[in-house]
Amino acid sequence: MSFILVVLEQIDGKLHRSADEVLAAARSVSLLKGLPVVAALTGKGIADLAKSIHADRVIVVEHDLLDAYTADGYTAALSQLIAARQPELILFAHTYQTRDFAPKLAARHRKPLISDATSVRVEDGSLVFVRQLFQGKLNADILASGQTVFASIQSGAYLAEDTGNLETTVETFTPQLNPDEIRQKPEAPFRDSDRAVDLSSANRIVAVGRGIQDQDSLSLVEDLASALGAEIGASRPICDNGWLPMERQVGSSGQTVAPSLYIAVGISGAIQHVVGMKGAKTIVAINKDPDAPVFEVADYGICADLFEVLPALTEEIRKSGN
Amino acid sequence: MKILVAIRQVPSRDSQLSVREDGVWVEEEDLSYEINEPDAYALEEALQLKEKQGGEVVVLCLGPESASEVILEALAKGADRAVHIEEEIASSLDSFSVAQILAKSIQEESPDLVLTGLQSDDMGSGQTGVIIAELIGYPHATIIMQTEVQSSSVRVKRELEDGWFQHVTMPLPALLTIQSGINTLRYANLMGIRKAKTKEVRQVSCDVSTLEEGTKTVRVYLPHRQKQTTMLEGDPAAIASQLVEKLKTEARVL
Repeated sequence: MSFILVVLEQIDGKLHRSADEVLAAARSVSLLKGLPVVAALTGKGIADLAKSIHADRVIVVEHDLLDAYTADGYTAALSQLIAARQPELILFAHTYQTRDFAPKLAARHRKPLISDATSVRVEDGSLVFVRQLFQGKLNADILASGQTVFASIQSGAYLAEDTGNLETTVETFTPQLNPDEIRQKPEAPFRDSDRAVDLSSANRIVAVGRGIQDQDSLSLVEDLASALGAEIGASRPICDNGWLPMERQVGSSGQTVAPSLYIAVGISGAIQHVVGMKGAKTIVAINKDPDAPVFEVADYGICADLFEVLPALTEEIRKSGN
Repeated sequence: MKILVAIRQVPSRDSQLSVREDGVWVEEEDLSYEINEPDAYALEEALQLKEKQGGEVVVLCLGPESASEVILEALAKGADRAVHIEEEIASSLDSFSVAQILAKSIQEESPDLVLTGLQSDDMGSGQTGVIIAELIGYPHATIIMQTEVQSSSVRVKRELEDGWFQHVTMPLPALLTIQSGINTLRYANLMGIRKAKTKEVRQVSCDVSTLEEGTKTVRVYLPHRQKQTTMLEGDPAAIASQLVEKLKTEARVL
């Protein structure tokens, strides 16, 4: 009988935080198609971790050469599993690791990968995925065709659900791997410096994006942040330009934040930024482009020139004695 | 060393997009284009590597006729020559299709190093480079923030999540997908712009009907709002006072 294979990610014996989200996505398809959800966990010495996974079955893909992640090793191992078991749908969380090997794995099976999908549904028996295009300005419905469908699910697109204590059965799959076929030699992960700023615990954040245009104008943002007692955050381009340090970056390559108030100034709201801030309780967006995707996640939207709005807002907040 | 950079043209950042009549792609008629930003960083990385150790930088671009402008810009910045695979429907092709087309040309060039941006600003799939690596049999690494070319290998700094990084070494030839911000972009100077016009741009055609099947887009549309957004209007002072009021009484975050 066919099934849905969910490829999960573990780092140092811990499940990636996306695991329950992608399992929830798989379960939603499972209900519609009547297929069991089988999780695959790749690595070495991870059998204990497998028992805690909320799936109908867990396959531990284990080998000495899978101890450290490599694109070549994971692709070879999972490709053998897929060829042996023939799942109908293979789901990943759209993590950095997935981005590094899942397109290769799908291509090895001569299949496309539908990446970074925000939802999946069944129409006339076929799977239809929703993807964002043009940095979130448009959505697209993608029809999956063929026997084996590969797709990755955007972070935060599905809510992890409480499934209670599922009894799961664990089996082991041992791939045939040859050290010569693993060409990447990875070293131990590191952080450039200890973070001086922990935005994840900030209660208020004023974040700035490309709309600020030049470095000198950052003072407008600093004034507002100081009036609010807020931390300053930024979208990636601001940090790429060196206008603010990388540690201030919010988004998939920076920090994930959940303040009670998040004011996005001149930020268009590309997916990579939104995944890092959509957990904020109240979001205010200031942008002169009415079509900016940031307005889709904002509670309060201000479609205006930030150079006029920021000074007025700073003054108003000072006046209100906050 | 021969470095090939795959670049793509994408609609300019401030483009007003509208859905085409057939509902499966955007109206391209009035769009202006620019080089996909991560690809600009990939090109810059190639130019810097060439300046350090010599060699040749070849630009490869799959795109309609209008893509000749981003190709010219790359040549003006210092690329030595270009290959333009002309295909009018290129921008709506999925990554699996694009990768199949590019892989064929890359194999003909057999470069020592292939660089691409980590993803495109229009499709945002983040896959093309990785699929090419599989199709041409090169080792690869993604989301690269630093490159260090050694005699027969390359050591790179890969960006991981949450501020973590990792060094990875792999043998050449190899393929890397480059992250924005890896270097500082240069502007083309007047001399570069003049010279660009004399550089070789080889036009190549492709046949999309021979490709293995990619994904099928059945509908493109404006997204639904995820939240009920209250838009505040008026002059700046009025907007500011409305917002402070709402943040105090409605959202209760002030």
